[in-house]
Amino acid sequence: MYVYDEYDRQMLAERVAQFRNQTDRYLAGELEEGEFLPLRLQNGLYVQRFAPMLRICVPYGMMRSEQIRRLARITRDYDKGYAHFTTRQNVQLNWPAVEDVPDILAELAEVEMHANQTSGNCIRNTTTDQFAAAQSDEIIDPRPYCEIIRQWSTFHPEFAFLPRKFKVAVNASRNVDRAAVQVHDIGLEMLYNEHGELGFCVHVGGGLGRTPMVGPVIREFLPEKDLLTYLEAILRVYNRYGRRDNKYKARIKILVKALTPEGFAEKVEAEWSQTKNSPTRLTQDAVDHIKSHFTEPGYADLQDDPQELVSARADSKGFDNWVRRNVNSHKKPGYSIVTLTMKKTGVPPGDISDRQLEQIADLADRYSFGEARVTHQQNVVFADVRQDRLLELWEALKPLGFATANLNMLTDMICCPGGDYCSLANAKSIPVAEAIQRRFDNQDYVYDLGEIDLNISGCMNACGHHHVGHIGVLGVDKKGQEFYQISLGGSSERDASIGKILGPSFAREEMPDVIQKILDVYVETRTEEEPFLDTYRRIGISPFKERVYA
Amino acid sequence: MPDIITRDGEIKKDNWTLVPRPEEGESLDLPEGPALIPADLWVAGKEHYQDREDIGIWMESHDEPELVADYLDALPIIAINFPKFTDGRGYSLARLLRERYGYRNELRAVGDVLLDQLQFMKRCGFDSYVLRPDKDIELAAHCLNFFSQTYQAAGDTDQPLFRRRAS
Repeated sequence: MYVYDEYDRQMLAERVAQFRNQTDRYLAGELEEGEFLPLRLQNGLYVQRFAPMLRICVPYGMMRSEQIRRLARITRDYDKGYAHFTTRQNVQLNWPAVEDVPDILAELAEVEMHANQTSGNCIRNTTTDQFAAAQSDEIIDPRPYCEIIRQWSTFHPEFAFLPRKFKVAVNASRNVDRAAVQVHDIGLEMLYNEHGELGFCVHVGGGLGRTPMVGPVIREFLPEKDLLTYLEAILRVYNRYGRRDNKYKARIKILVKALTPEGFAEKVEAEWSQTKNSPTRLTQDAVDHIKSHFTEPGYADLQDDPQELVSARADSKGFDNWVRRNVNSHKKPGYSIVTLTMKKTGVPPGDISDRQLEQIADLADRYSFGEARVTHQQNVVFADVRQDRLLELWEALKPLGFATANLNMLTDMICCPGGDYCSLANAKSIPVAEAIQRRFDNQDYVYDLGEIDLNISGCMNACGHHHVGHIGVLGVDKKGQEFYQISLGGSSERDASIGKILGPSFAREEMPDVIQKILDVYVETRTEEEPFLDTYRRIGISPFKERVYA
Repeated sequence: MPDIITRDGEIKKDNWTLVPRPEEGESLDLPEGPALIPADLWVAGKEHYQDREDIGIWMESHDEPELVADYLDALPIIAINFPKFTDGRGYSLARLLRERYGYRNELRAVGDVLLDQLQFMKRCGFDSYVLRPDKDIELAAHCLNFFSQTYQAAGDTDQPLFRRRAS
């Protein structure tokens, strides 16, 4: 994992001092509300429905155990003793006091953490695959490239006041896309070209929100070393020509659409042709230097499927289910990737207490080289667990509520904080998630359904990624009443697609029945082994519509 | 004329007057002393202006640098207007004038110029700043230097940190 050097430490310390100075001037009345707003947002601080909210950055989702312990301490000392994992691999505090934020940032800086650019109209945290460097289906470890992007985008003087927020994601898997790159402002897919050279396929202008779009490819192959000059060209075109008159038309996707992907690509290429050989072009030394931070942990020499694992699975159906659902294969023999699901019924998805954070830190030390990762599905990953210790880990996770064997199942929902916390929300989302989890509490039925992404957003800003859920739920406001609109057929995977709206919306209490009817249509019409999304794509939306609105 | 701040944080008296765009049908009314006039009007009347040390231009954040790219040596000063401090286009325009077109004379930020953006402006190649009058000019020097290090190449250095680290 990346470890700060004196430059990183110096800049972070100066950032904390800067924000302390800005907060002091704001509290003294020298900075107006509107002038302080972008400054606090770029330090992660929102003012929300009941209290401020602080979004802490977890670069590409990676955390060391000492960082997790520090988060736990901060939630205890400055908040109500719990935190929330977001759908952008970050962590949020829901109840900090504005005047405490500089102190919180100083405490974070001590463990090389921060809240820089987690909000505001700037380049946000770069995200990637939570299984990076542990999975077998990988071209190369994407994290060094995320770190290169992090450094380039941090306090970039030209791009601190973009038309709107800007999100970059990187994927380096051959066959799957856990980073959802096609629904980001820039999505980078790593690949080797026919000459065996490493590079990126560049998607621009994907996104969710009010105008969901799958990002078109504007360059099929960008050589590795040209990463930053090309990103800078894209950002410059966007900064100069993106719309600033209407915040709902200000994302880069609107510009790409207006110019057409070809027209946009032409502008980028023209800009890039002027800068591609500038000193911002990466050097082999620079790439190697960053890569030297992402070395393999000290794996032992082991074999897959050790006797301990095989017999434990035979002995316990519960353990076997968990291994089947929540454990993924690893590139190293004898190791596995374990996902801790934060989706226990009755707990808002992504919420975690200070004590649980500390338990995760302890378990990470004991079972996964002291590292843990946050996923955009609001779960936590231990990427390097010995297979002969899986049973031990499972036993330890069960009492903590992190061993619900529902990864990627119906009940492993993505859900935004919704109207319970967020001032933007039109409707509550957490009670809907809970009602659905309660209705579908029969594990055998849920397993029989197979993988289903059910994503819930409390408003059209789409933090719960409802557009790309196989089943999407969107909270809407109708004359002051909360209603829920359903869409079907979305996907954030390789075959990315935006879900189609089923029809008129429903009251909250109707939701479990409506979901049941949708699932009934699937179960009745699927062919053997056919997943929900494939059935939907085969039969279309009409049969679902007829059943639900019958 | 207001005080200006230099990139070194000094406060200086200054006598450039910014001349607003004349109304439709009106002609440009040049004041006593040195004047900044709208860029397109300077270009339209360049035969009158190009040898004058006391006439510079101001540009809007959406103006294209190509408008003046051929005349940069004849311009003693270019001001870029920030209509709102959240309008970030002026940063790109500044970098293009400096880094792409090689403008070497004074580049000034005017308009909604606040304290907390000064260092970004400096990094993009601005070398003087007219602070909004309600802001405390005494704090400018501090705000110009919040950071002692930078990750990127920009108008102030063409060496990104990854090259400086390696050397």
